Amino acid sequence: MTDALVEFTAASFSYDDTPLLKNISMQVRRGQLVAIMGGSGSGKTTLLRLIGAQLQPDEGTVSVAGIDTRNLDEAGLYNLRSKIGMLFQFGALFTDLNVFDNVAFPLRERSRLPESMIRDLVLLKLQAVGLRGAAQLMPQELSGGMARRVALARAIALDPAIMLYDEPFTGLDPISLATIGKLIRELNDALGTASVIVTHDVQESLQLVDYIYFLADGVIVSAGTPDEIRASTHPFVQQFIHGRADGPVAFHKPAPPYLAQLGIGVQ
Amino acid sequence: MKRGLIDFWVGLFVLVGLAAILFLALRVSTVSGQPAGSSYTITATFDNIGGLKVRAPVKSAGVLVGRVDSIDLDTERYLAKVTLSINQRYRFSRDSSAEILTSGLLGEQYIGITSGADDKMLQDGDAFKITSSAIILEQLISRFLFSKAAGDHEATPEK
Amino acid sequence: MAEWFYRFCQNLGHPLNTRLIKLGFACRFLLAILRHTPGILRRPRLLAREIWFAGVLSVLIISVSGLFVGMVLALQGYDTLQRFGASSSLGILVALSLVRELGPVVGALLFASRAGSAITAEVGLMKATEQLSAMEMMAVNPIARVIAPRFWGAFISMPLLAAMFSATGILGGYLIGVELLGLDAGSFWSQMQSAVDFRQDVLNGLIKSVFFGTAIALIAVFEGYDAPPTAEGISTATTRTVVTSALVTLILDFILTAFMFRGV
Repeated sequence: MTDALVEFTAASFSYDDTPLLKNISMQVRRGQLVAIMGGSGSGKTTLLRLIGAQLQPDEGTVSVAGIDTRNLDEAGLYNLRSKIGMLFQFGALFTDLNVFDNVAFPLRERSRLPESMIRDLVLLKLQAVGLRGAAQLMPQELSGGMARRVALARAIALDPAIMLYDEPFTGLDPISLATIGKLIRELNDALGTASVIVTHDVQESLQLVDYIYFLADGVIVSAGTPDEIRASTHPFVQQFIHGRADGPVAFHKPAPPYLAQLGIGVQ
Repeated sequence: MKRGLIDFWVGLFVLVGLAAILFLALRVSTVSGQPAGSSYTITATFDNIGGLKVRAPVKSAGVLVGRVDSIDLDTERYLAKVTLSINQRYRFSRDSSAEILTSGLLGEQYIGITSGADDKMLQDGDAFKITSSAIILEQLISRFLFSKAAGDHEATPEK
Repeated sequence: MAEWFYRFCQNLGHPLNTRLIKLGFACRFLLAILRHTPGILRRPRLLAREIWFAGVLSVLIISVSGLFVGMVLALQGYDTLQRFGASSSLGILVALSLVRELGPVVGALLFASRAGSAITAEVGLMKATEQLSAMEMMAVNPIARVIAPRFWGAFISMPLLAAMFSATGILGGYLIGVELLGLDAGSFWSQMQSAVDFRQDVLNGLIKSVFFGTAIALIAVFEGYDAPPTAEGISTATTRTVVTSALVTLILDFILTAFMFRGV
């Protein structure tokens, strides 16, 4: 067995006969930080859900930490998920618990540690994201970037082997964005996790990650290290990293000819 | 909201709720219909029960001693057969009589028991020998009018 | 055969079909809640928070409404009863109407609009902000951790609130009947006490409110859990909770009353 913690082998997934992912093969190794990029609706979030076993592939296999995600019973599923930490798009902090209890939540629910040890662990995790001073605040008192950092502390509370990040940079100011980026990289290197970032923030990701997969319409169109991607001549990648309005992803939705629809012009 | 405070309010809430139920149980209502075993049944047949209802009170000397359990029509004699459930504490002699009375002019109807003098007591499943039916207001009025009209001509005794 | 029946139902029309699917899902949902109930009993803290949320926060509206309903009943009842010279039966009228009908039913309607809608909004918001997904990814079952405590919190609160409604209503009736209209306090209470039967009236009223509580609790958590994860989805789900709860309460009330009715 390789040290691949996440491995897709020709995995396909469709929802209500609409194929969302087609024949995906990729792997993420221990200590590796991988970005999955693509436009909205390209199947990035579906891919994360496949890793978290919230969805199962129709064809092919997805194996996470050596476990096939298909046909798991509830105990197997929870065993699998206890190896995964996930940072949601807007943090998804529990609004009725304060910061401390949010971070303590997975520890209290999933471990049988005594309360004094939980307290030490929570303070340790909060220290790691630099928010030990915010322990008694409620989530609604935090800024977007701080909430995301608390959520990150919560995600790493159980020392997961695999970290998933769903759009971690969305809606952040440049300082918070840089902080989160730095934290993701540091945590990945310090904990030796396999990390998957789903994002469409090109510039931040190119500086941060080890490897990039480009996803368009459910297919991996391109993959490579950041340097390879920068040098890539693939038209979709070019359009994406330079943010052009028109390209392989057309500006116009397919429609009958404009003049014809306006009723002008020759038959 | 602190945890201790929530617990306090929840505790108070449950307490007040239970107090409300207790209030409804003790102050507003009476617990009737003793559990089976603490009551015995006696039947009584009446010519006419008027407006007697199931669960109507059974009283003796104005004291509630039981309730009407069921009302049936005896299809052999065409009489109303009323089953009474009487509290075990109260015993009545075998020559007691049961009658259907009305509380007030328009009030509900109930069964009154007048005790006799016999030494032997009525047992579970026995029947009252002496009963008197409900007074039907319409019959009373029509009888009164009829005898009044008849009395104008000659003094005929009733019936 | 099953296939044929399914197709037949589909042909009946989309609205009916989606409602059937929803009803089936709700039943499965209830079973899931029941399956995860033992876990709650081991963690009374979770339950306490939900009883606070559903019950304690509804006490004010329930008791104030109860007071006013009782006072109105007394005024209206007095007006009617004194025409028959039966104004001393006012206590009976107030107590019986409250304990048998108004306490459970109006209590349930108020509870649905106060607590039911709040539960739906809360659960819906937790879904929309991915809190439920986050829980799932932390290997914590949201039905056990979020849904079941809310269900039982509402379930426990409802009968207690209905009893409070009836009790404050009767006190309101007493205030009007005795303090304002000058009826005799002794006969007010004693007539009431002799005419209201604990099992027949009070207990049946409580049983009703248990049924209503179950229905409202299930509707509230289900609508929240089932809501589309958008602002619009949550607001329609909240409205649906109140409307469905009110309808179900009134229909259930008729069914239960018909069952309990023992007139001859």
